[in-house]
Amino acid sequence: MLIKNKTPISSNEVTDLQVFNNRRKIIKAAGSLPLLALYPYNSILADSNKYQNIPTGPYSQNLATTPAEAVKNYTNYYEFTTNKTDSTKLAQALKTSPWQVKIEGEAEKTGLYNLEDILQANPLEERIYRFRCVEAWSMVVPWIGFPLQKMLSKFKPNSRAKYVEFTTLYQPETMIGQRSSVLQWPYVEGLRIDEAMHPLAFMATGMYGEEMPKQNGAPLRLVIPWKYGFKSIKAIVKIRFSETMPQTSWNISAPNEYGFYANVNPNVSHPRWSQSRERVLGGGIFTPKRKTEIFNGYGEHVAHLYNNMNLKRYF
Amino acid sequence: MLKAKFYQSLTRYCAHLICLLPFVFLCAAAWNNQLGANPVEMLHTTLGEWALRFLCLTLTITPLRKFLKINGIHSYRRMLGLYAFFYASMHLLVFIALDVNFSWTFFLEEFKEGPFIIFGIVTYLILLPLTATSTLSMQRKMGRRWKALHKLIYLAAITAILHYFLLVKSDLLKPVIYAAYIILLFSFRLQMRIIKNRQPV
Repeated sequence: MLIKNKTPISSNEVTDLQVFNNRRKIIKAAGSLPLLALYPYNSILADSNKYQNIPTGPYSQNLATTPAEAVKNYTNYYEFTTNKTDSTKLAQALKTSPWQVKIEGEAEKTGLYNLEDILQANPLEERIYRFRCVEAWSMVVPWIGFPLQKMLSKFKPNSRAKYVEFTTLYQPETMIGQRSSVLQWPYVEGLRIDEAMHPLAFMATGMYGEEMPKQNGAPLRLVIPWKYGFKSIKAIVKIRFSETMPQTSWNISAPNEYGFYANVNPNVSHPRWSQSRERVLGGGIFTPKRKTEIFNGYGEHVAHLYNNMNLKRYF
Repeated sequence: MLKAKFYQSLTRYCAHLICLLPFVFLCAAAWNNQLGANPVEMLHTTLGEWALRFLCLTLTITPLRKFLKINGIHSYRRMLGLYAFFYASMHLLVFIALDVNFSWTFFLEEFKEGPFIIFGIVTYLILLPLTATSTLSMQRKMGRRWKALHKLIYLAAITAILHYFLLVKSDLLKPVIYAAYIILLFSFRLQMRIIKNRQPV
């Protein structure tokens, strides 16, 4: 029996020993794109290929991004723990594939959808947005995903759909934070339909040129840049179109502190601390705080959504 | 005699070293950029928590002495109290220097948002006179009034814990543990007083 070998490596494919020994120097010295392009990234990052060379979407800002390490190791993920660094490790227990999203309520195309099918129908784009937490810290993140509007409109919401409700996975076996009652589980967030359909609203499946890390909300998380971070719900398994305003988790927990709208607003303080400034992650000890902007700086795009609304009352 | 004295001062030095360890570790971590994504917050909250821990330890000395009859620890009460003040001072310094950047406007902005900062400041204002009158000579000079004044440390513990309660968003576990511990110490004191009153004159 003839056993065929794999195609042998021809001599011209073998890297010259001298070149190999100096590979680091060469790459460093070259610093030019054509040479870096030859470096076999593809073989190393075959899996996350999907998240490389993503086109920049509209509304993406030309801002210096926060170091990825800071973003990956400082997350509020109460489903695992209330500690912002321990969540990185604990969240790895989550199984993010296969993943399904249930669409319910006031829409034509309700039902159970595979995440892959949703991803296939929505081409990826990158958006660099500011992210401001209600705890007065912030960061700048290059999210990868698709506009929420594009995803939602495919389910054909009807005219009774005034609100959209999002629900996080409930799985206390792996999400060990759900065994304690710090919040009402599962975590629920919501948007008014016009907020959800605003082109700034984003559904993210990746960041920093790779698949979304589990602690940052894999496989599917919301990003609403003009609202406080707790609106940007993680690990979404259910989306419901409804006629009435959803009961959201933080609002249930402390209605006088966390409103349904939760728009970033330096003029409306949290009852216990000021919202006028924010600590930008990734800075040093002596980096001063940054002044918080109304609607987190997205006022020109979203302020009209709240015309004639008393923002102090509807916080 | 001399040997005993030597050992006594040796243990005191060791106690100082132990009390300073958290501070040294924090400084080293800050120097090596190992305080995580939000270094100022890490410094600030860690120093604050150590101040509260030392406050609790200070309050533990007397019950420990009376109930478990461990003698010789009473001289450490002042040391622990002063370290509570030290960590509280560092905690406040981080707030003033790194959080509000020595700006009155920023300070007032935070201050006017209600009780959270106020409880912190009140705690510090209580600790100030206690620290100032902590010396032996002051203790002798003030006599009875010294004891009365230093009962304020319980108030400081209460305001410190309220300060902690107002910081957290929904996970009250840690402040609840501190509060429970302080209540436990309170009940010890109460019991001691009852026992004392029962004794025939």
